[in-house]
Amino acid sequence: MHPIRKKRLTIVLFLVAGIAIAVGLTTYALRQNINLFYDPTEIAAGNAPVDVRIRAGGMVEEGSVARDADSLLVSFRVTDFSASVPVQYEGILPDLFAEGQGVVAMGRLNDQGVFVADQVLAKHDENYMPPEVAEALERSSKGQHKSADVEKAAETTAY
Amino acid sequence: MWQFFHKLGSPKWFFGIATRFMPWLLAAGAILLMAGVVWGLAFAPKDYLQGNSYRIIFIHVPTAFLAQSIYIMMAFAAVVTLVWRMKLADVFVKSVAPVGLIFTFLSLFTGAVWGKPTWGTWWVWDARLTSMLILLFLYGGAIALDRAINDEKSAARAVAVLVLVGVVNIPIIQYSVEWWNTLHQPSTFKLTEKPSMPAEMWVPLLLSVLGLYCLFGWLACVRMKTEILMREQKTRWVRELIMAERG
Amino acid sequence: MAFESFSAFIAMEGHGPYVWTCYAVFAVLLIGLMVQSYRHHRAVTSACKRRYQQQKSTVGNRPKPAATFTRVEVSQD
Repeated sequence: MHPIRKKRLTIVLFLVAGIAIAVGLTTYALRQNINLFYDPTEIAAGNAPVDVRIRAGGMVEEGSVARDADSLLVSFRVTDFSASVPVQYEGILPDLFAEGQGVVAMGRLNDQGVFVADQVLAKHDENYMPPEVAEALERSSKGQHKSADVEKAAETTAY
Repeated sequence: MWQFFHKLGSPKWFFGIATRFMPWLLAAGAILLMAGVVWGLAFAPKDYLQGNSYRIIFIHVPTAFLAQSIYIMMAFAAVVTLVWRMKLADVFVKSVAPVGLIFTFLSLFTGAVWGKPTWGTWWVWDARLTSMLILLFLYGGAIALDRAINDEKSAARAVAVLVLVGVVNIPIIQYSVEWWNTLHQPSTFKLTEKPSMPAEMWVPLLLSVLGLYCLFGWLACVRMKTEILMREQKTRWVRELIMAERG
Repeated sequence: MAFESFSAFIAMEGHGPYVWTCYAVFAVLLIGLMVQSYRHHRAVTSACKRRYQQQKSTVGNRPKPAATFTRVEVSQD
């Protein structure tokens, strides 16, 4: 290669490497802020600020959803299977909201440790399957070790 | 090896190759994309959780995929522009940047419309969505910078530097869903693993990705040919080529 | 076919508006971009051709000038 071109190539490579390192360090420093939400473990451990608008994310605990009879008030627990946080929300829930589904709730933590949400978003995973397959999986695993079995079964049914 | 590389940089050589490949790219792209979309819309089973709204995936993933790969290709071309001063590389960057802009916009738009029924919101400032928005601005910035500088050679260099600086955004888009807690789910297609959906869902998806890739190839060819014509219209080969054409 | 009737296909169990909006915008932008790119190419080609023919008729059969103002590529290395 021509020496001038070699020199230019080195400059270009240094430029890209330098910017990559700078951006890498910045995102590393900001990693907590880039996370969309706090885990229930972090909130239970008291790492989340009280009365500041934050997001909490995790799974809706099975059997924890309680709907108020004459208003849109809903309360449920969000869990990451090592800790759980009680959540209160008044409003319309997304279609995908269900027990055992992932959610991200936006709101404030009050001093009783209850998360008062003003917005609840549904989070889903990257697994897609036809309803019949999902039903068959549900029957065979009876909901236990669901996520691991679902993945395994999805592979075997992927014809 | 370098000889081949320099031949690749010759606009005349490219013009001939592009003209030969274009009908094939257009036909293959149209057929594959139509097959993927029709299969995905009407024949693929619905998703157990999201129902029919997941059918947006058959255009959301191809546009997002193309938006990122076009940028990676532009970054390679930018290196060639800066190091070898090859004109064709600059023609490529200039011609495909608007295509990348439109595909990025489409992936953001389809993502927003998909997010409303599934997540419950059009937009959320999570790492994946925000880095994709930055990609949109990078495309916009490259186009604007190129228009702002009148001198062809300085414009080429300035745009190449901007494109290279922005390339750090690509791994951030790609890995954002794994590095941080995001609302966006991880990728369906991974290089090392099987796709996380059954074949009757991922085959149409793959077809539409390939189809859109071919259509991008066709778009790149037409737009690069136009750009070459405008730049090289005073050369003898362009004159001879155009005068020989019928009509 | 995943749907029982054409109207079920359009309705998509209530998700129709979302799905069809996406596909409509996608089709309009993609086809629009392709048509625009192709038309621009045709326009530039015919503009070049017109210019060359004009030059031919004005210059006529006169001998070519000794010097032209065509761009000369000078290698920088």
